[in-house]
Amino acid sequence: MNGSKSSIMRVPDITNSPKVMENMKLLKEIPLGEMLIDRFQNQFDVITANDIPAVTAMRKEAMNHFISNGFPSSSDEKWRHTEIESLTEENFQYYLKPLDSEQDIEDLFKCEVHDFDTEIISLLNGWYVNKHAGLTTLPNGIVYGSLTNAMKLYPELFEQYYGNLADIQVNGFVSVNTAMVQDGVFIYIPDGVYAEKTIQIIKLIDKKEQLFVQNRNLIILGKNSSFSLMHCDDSINHFSSLINTVTEVYVGENAHFNLYKLQNLNNQSGLINSTFIHQEANSTTKSNTLTFNGGMIRNNINIDLQGENAHADVLGLYLMDKNQHVDNQIYIKHNAAHCTSNEKFKGILDDEASAVFNGYIYVARNAQKTNAYQNNNNILLTPKATINSMPFLEIYADDVKCSHGATIGQLDQEAMFYMRQRGISSSNARLLLMYAFTAEIINQISIEALRKRIDDMVKKRLRGELSVCEKCVLHCGSPDKEYHFEIDMSKI
Amino acid sequence: MENNPGTNILDEVTQGDYKFGFYTDIENDFAPRGLTEETIHFISAKKEEPEWMLQFRLKAFRHWLTLKEPEWAHLHHRPINYQDIIYYAAPKKKELASLDEVDPELLETFNKLGISLDEQKKLTGVAVDAVIDSVSVKTTFQDTLGKHGVIFCSFSEAVKNHPELIKKYMGSVVQYTDNYFAALNSAVFSDGSFCFIPNDVRCPLELSTYFRINAANTGQFERTLIVAESNSYVSYMEGCTAPMRDENQLHAAIVEIVAMENAEVKYSTVQNWYPGDKNGIGGIYNFVTKRGLCKGNNSKISWTQVETGSAITWKYPSCVLMGDNSVGEFYSVAVTNHYQQADTGTKMIHLGKNTRSTIISKGISAGKSNNSYRGLVKILPNASNSRNFSQCDSLLLGDKCGAHTFPYIQAGNETSIVEHEATTSKISEDQLFYCNQRGINTEKAIGLIVNGYAKEVLNKLPMEFAVEAQKLLAITLEGSVG
Amino acid sequence: MLLNIKNLHVSINGKEIIKGLNLGVNKGEVHAIMGPNGTGKSTLAAAITGREGYEITQGEIWYKNKNIIGMPAEERANEGIFLSFQYPVEIPGVSMTNFMRTALNAQREYHELPAIPAGEFLKLMEEKKNLVEIHSKLNNRSVNEGFSGGEKKKNEIFQMAMLQPSLAILDETDSGLDIDALKVVAKGVTGLRSEENAFIVITHYQRLLDYIVPDFVHVLFDGKIVKSGGKNLALELEEKGYEWIKEQYHAGS
Ligand SMILES: Nc1ncnc2c1ncn2[C@@H]1O[C@H](COP(=O)(O)OP(=O)(O)O)[C@@H](O)[C@H]1O
Ligand SMILES: [Mg+2]
Repeated sequence: MNGSKSSIMRVPDITNSPKVMENMKLLKEIPLGEMLIDRFQNQFDVITANDIPAVTAMRKEAMNHFISNGFPSSSDEKWRHTEIESLTEENFQYYLKPLDSEQDIEDLFKCEVHDFDTEIISLLNGWYVNKHAGLTTLPNGIVYGSLTNAMKLYPELFEQYYGNLADIQVNGFVSVNTAMVQDGVFIYIPDGVYAEKTIQIIKLIDKKEQLFVQNRNLIILGKNSSFSLMHCDDSINHFSSLINTVTEVYVGENAHFNLYKLQNLNNQSGLINSTFIHQEANSTTKSNTLTFNGGMIRNNINIDLQGENAHADVLGLYLMDKNQHVDNQIYIKHNAAHCTSNEKFKGILDDEASAVFNGYIYVARNAQKTNAYQNNNNILLTPKATINSMPFLEIYADDVKCSHGATIGQLDQEAMFYMRQRGISSSNARLLLMYAFTAEIINQISIEALRKRIDDMVKKRLRGELSVCEKCVLHCGSPDKEYHFEIDMSKI
Repeated sequence: MENNPGTNILDEVTQGDYKFGFYTDIENDFAPRGLTEETIHFISAKKEEPEWMLQFRLKAFRHWLTLKEPEWAHLHHRPINYQDIIYYAAPKKKELASLDEVDPELLETFNKLGISLDEQKKLTGVAVDAVIDSVSVKTTFQDTLGKHGVIFCSFSEAVKNHPELIKKYMGSVVQYTDNYFAALNSAVFSDGSFCFIPNDVRCPLELSTYFRINAANTGQFERTLIVAESNSYVSYMEGCTAPMRDENQLHAAIVEIVAMENAEVKYSTVQNWYPGDKNGIGGIYNFVTKRGLCKGNNSKISWTQVETGSAITWKYPSCVLMGDNSVGEFYSVAVTNHYQQADTGTKMIHLGKNTRSTIISKGISAGKSNNSYRGLVKILPNASNSRNFSQCDSLLLGDKCGAHTFPYIQAGNETSIVEHEATTSKISEDQLFYCNQRGINTEKAIGLIVNGYAKEVLNKLPMEFAVEAQKLLAITLEGSVG
Repeated sequence: MLLNIKNLHVSINGKEIIKGLNLGVNKGEVHAIMGPNGTGKSTLAAAITGREGYEITQGEIWYKNKNIIGMPAEERANEGIFLSFQYPVEIPGVSMTNFMRTALNAQREYHELPAIPAGEFLKLMEEKKNLVEIHSKLNNRSVNEGFSGGEKKKNEIFQMAMLQPSLAILDETDSGLDIDALKVVAKGVTGLRSEENAFIVITHYQRLLDYIVPDFVHVLFDGKIVKSGGKNLALELEEKGYEWIKEQYHAGS
C-alpha cells in the first residue's frame, strides 16, 4: 500500500540474521515470565495508572497467582501436547504504553470483505488505534471503544462484569493478562438492540522485534439483543510475536451472539486466545474458530450455559501445514436444564503440522434434559502430520443425551476412485474432497458475504495460495516476494 | 411427583447387598505390618526364592520409593497408608499333595463362591488355580495340561521349576518402572499364576484363577504371566472376591501376556471384589496393571472384563500391537453403585503395520457412584494401515451418579483410521413402559435392559463366566433381578 | 476392435478372482455379462477401469489400440471408459454441479478443448436431467448423498449422458429398480447408443435386456467366460438358472 519507506529493507526471517541471533542470546537470560514479574513490581504505578480500585485489586491477586504458578508447561496435563515453553522461555519486548508512532493504520491495512459492511476496530501491536478518540456510540445505542477509556467512563459496569468469567486459576496466561493488561476492546449492546452491522476487530502485529502483546476484551450483550463479532488475528511481518488475548462475553437473556475468529498469523508467532462466554436463559452463541496459519495457536473457549434453554454452537476449522501447531481446548459447562450444545471441529493437517483437540463437556447434576454433541474429525495428509484428539465427557445428570465422536483418517479412497473414474485428476479429486470436508463448517457461517469470503480463503488455502489474508498488504508468506510495511508517519 | 414409582424402584434396586461378603476363618501366616526392605526379605525368604528374585524385588522397591501415587484418574479416596498394610498373608497349611489335604474351611470358601476345586470342574473342563490372600493354594488338572506341554501353576512354583521362563518374561511387558502400583507389586507380590502354552498347542481347557482376599488388613499383590508361543491358543479366566470389612484393602496386581506369531490369548475377568457398603464404608482399592504384548505377526490378545466390585477400580488392560497384522480387543462392562468409583478403560498402542484394535466399553452408573472410561489409542508413525474402532457407552441410573468418558486419541500415521463413538443416556421411560405394558415389572425391566445393553460384551465371555457375570450385574444393581 | 481383453488374470490381496478371461468388443455392440454372485463381474469392471488393489497378474487389456494396463483411472475415463457403479459412492459436501463440471472440464482439457462456459454447462445439465427424468435440483445436493437406490442409478446414467463415453460398463444398474426407473435407464442407454460406442451390461436379469437388446451374451463363472451366445442365451438362463452351466463347467474341467 505504501511503499514510500521501503528503502529500509527488512529481513524476512528473524533467525536468518546473525546479528539478531546474537542479541537474542544476550536477552535470553530473562525468560518472559520473570521479565513480567519484574516489570509488575517496578512499574506498578504505570500499570495501574488508569485503573478503578477493583481492577487494581484484581491485578494484585492475579500477579500473586502468577508468581506462584508461572506459565503452564508441557508437563501440565492440559498443555501436554503443546510445547509452550518454546515461547515462554523466549525473551520478548513488552510495552506498557503505545509507541508514539502507532496511531492510524486503517488506511494501511484493511481486512475488508466485499458486501460485508462492518464497524472496524483496529489494534496495532496491542493498542487500540485512535485511543484518544473516546468511545464511539452508534445510533442504535451500541457503545464501543478502548477498554481503558471504557473503564473510566463506566466504572459500575466494570465492577459488575470485568474479571468475573476469566478465572485466573485457569492458567498463567489468564492470570498474567489480568495482572498486566493495558488495552483492548469494550463493546456494549444495550437491551433489545439488534446490531445489523458486524463489529470487526483487527489485530495487527508489526514490530521489528519480538513482541509480547496482551489484550483484554469485555463484551456485554443486554437482554433480547443480537450481535456479531469478527475477531481477526493477522501478522504482517515475519517477526515472532506472542499474543495473549483474554475475552469475556456476557450474553444476556434471550440474546444472540455470533463470534467469528479468523486466525492468520505468520509461522513464527504464538497466539493464546482465551474466550470466556457466559450465557443466560434462552440465549444462543455461535462461535466459529477458523485457523488458517500460525506458528503455535492455542484457543481456549469456555462456555457456561447458566440459564435454561440456552444453546451454543461451537465450531472450528483448522488447516495447518509446515510445522504449524494448533491446540483447541473447548470447555462447555451445562449448568442449567434444557440447554443444548453442539461442538464440531474439523481439521486437515499437512506436512509436519500438528493439532490438538480437547473438548470437554461438563453436565452438572441439575442440568437435566441436556443435549450435548461433540465431534472432532481429522484428515492427515502426510506421514509426519500428527493429531491428538481428546473428546471428554463428564456427566452428573441422568436425563441427558450426550454423544461424541472423533475420527482420524484420510480422504475417502472410494470417493477418490469414483471421481477419477469420471476423469477428474487425483489432485483435483483430493482438492474437491478436502474442500467438501470443510464445507460442513463453512456452510454454517450465517453472514453470506463472510461465508463466501471464507469459502474463497479455504479454497486458496487448500491450493497452497494463501499464507496470510490476501487483503493484507504484505503477503509475507509468499517466498518469492519481499514485502515491506512501514507505517506512514506523515498520516499521523 | 410425591410417589414416583420409577424413583422408588431405582432406590430399591440400587441398594442390593454384596452377596460374597462372608469371611473365612482360616489360620494365617502373616508378614509384619508395614513396608521396608525387611518386609521384602521376609516375603522372599518365606517363599524360598532364589537370589535373583530377591534382587528384582529390591530394585522395584527402591524405585517405588522415588515415585508418587498417580493423581490423574477421576477418583477420590483417602490417602493410602502403605505402612499400615500387611504385605503377606498365607493360609498356614501348605504343600498340599491332594485335595483331601486342603483346609476344609477353604474348600467351603470356594464352594460358597461357586468354584469347586474338586472333580466337579472336570465336567466343565476348567483348570483352576486358586489364590487366597497372597498364596496359590491349589491348581487342578496339572496332569491333563502336562500332556500337552502346557504349564499352568502358581507363580512361586514357576520361579522354582521354570526359572528360565520367568527370567525371560517377567517384567518384559509391564516393567517395574511402569507405574506406582506396578513398582509396588514387583516389590511385594506374593503369588499368582503362570501359564505357558508351547508352539502349536491349542490349550485343551479353559484356564482359570480365582483370587480372594480373606485376612484383615492385608493387601493382595498377585502377578499373572501368560506366554503363548507361536500358533498357540489359550482362554484364561480370572475371578475375584473379598469379604466385607470396614477398612479399605489394597489390591495391586500385574498381569502380563505375551503372544508370539499367530498366537491368540483371550483373557476374561469377572471382578467382584468387595465394593464397600451402601454408605461407602470399606471395600477394596483395586489398582491393577494389565498389559498384553502382541509380539509376533498375526497375534491376537483379547481382554474381556466385567467389573462389578471394588470401592475403587483403576485398571486399563492394554495391548501393545507390535507384530504386523496383530489384533487387540477390549470388551468391558463396568457397573458402579453406592459410592463406588471406577476409572477404567484400555490402551491400544499400534506399532506394527495393519494392526487392528476394537474397544467396546459399557459403563453403568447407579447410586452415588462415579464411572469413567479412560482409553488411549495411539497410532505410531510406522503403523501403516492400522485401524481402531471404539465405542464407549454410558448408562446412568438415577441422578446422583456420574458417567464420564475420557478418550485420548493420538495418531501419527496418515494411512490409518481411528473412529471413536460414545453416547450417554438413561433407560428411557418408553423402554420401561413398553416392558411394563408387557407385564414385566420395573425392577425386572431394568435388569433386562441393562443386560441387553451389556450383551455385546457379555457375549464375549466364555460360557462358564457369562452366566455368572449376568447374575453379578443383576445383583450389583438390584439384588433380585435375574 | 474397441476393447480386446486377452487372457486376463486378476488377483485381490493375492487371491485370484479372474482366471484367464478373453473378451472382444467392437464399436456399436452391446455385450451382456451374466453370472452368479461373486464370480468376478465387478472385478472385471474394476480391472478395465483401473481400480487400485486389483492386481493384474497376467494378460492384456487393449482399448482403442492401446494396452491400458497401468494407465491411471482418470486417463482411462477421459479416453471414454465409463463405469456405472454397482454401488455408487456418496461424497458428502461435493455438490453434483461442481462435481459434474469438474469432470466434464477434465475431459475437455484432456482433449485440449477449452472449459465449457457456465451457461452452456447448465443447459446441458438440464437437458440430460430431463433425459433421465431427474427432477430435483442438483446444485445443492451432494454426490449421491441422500439419494434413494433408484435415484443413485439414474444419477449414474445421467453422468454417462453428460460424459458421452465410447465404452460404457453398466454394473448391475438394473438391480433394485422398479419398472419405471428401469425404462429410464434403458432410455438413457438407447439415447447414447450409436455405431461409435459400445456397452457392456452386467446383469442378473433378462428384464433390462428386453430394453437394451444385446448382440452377445456371456456367462462368467469362476473368473472365466464359460459360455457365450446370442440374446437367446439370456432367455435360456432366465428359464433354467445357472445350475446347468455350473454342471457343464465342472464336467468339462
Ligand atoms: N476388495 C476385495 N477384497 C477381497 N475380496 C474381494 C474384494 N472384492 C471382491 N472380492 C471377492 O472377489 C470375488 C468376486 O467379486 P465380484 O467381482 O464383486 O463378484 P460379482 O460382481 O460377480 O458378484 C468374490 O469372491 C469377492 O468376495
Ligand atoms: Mg458385482
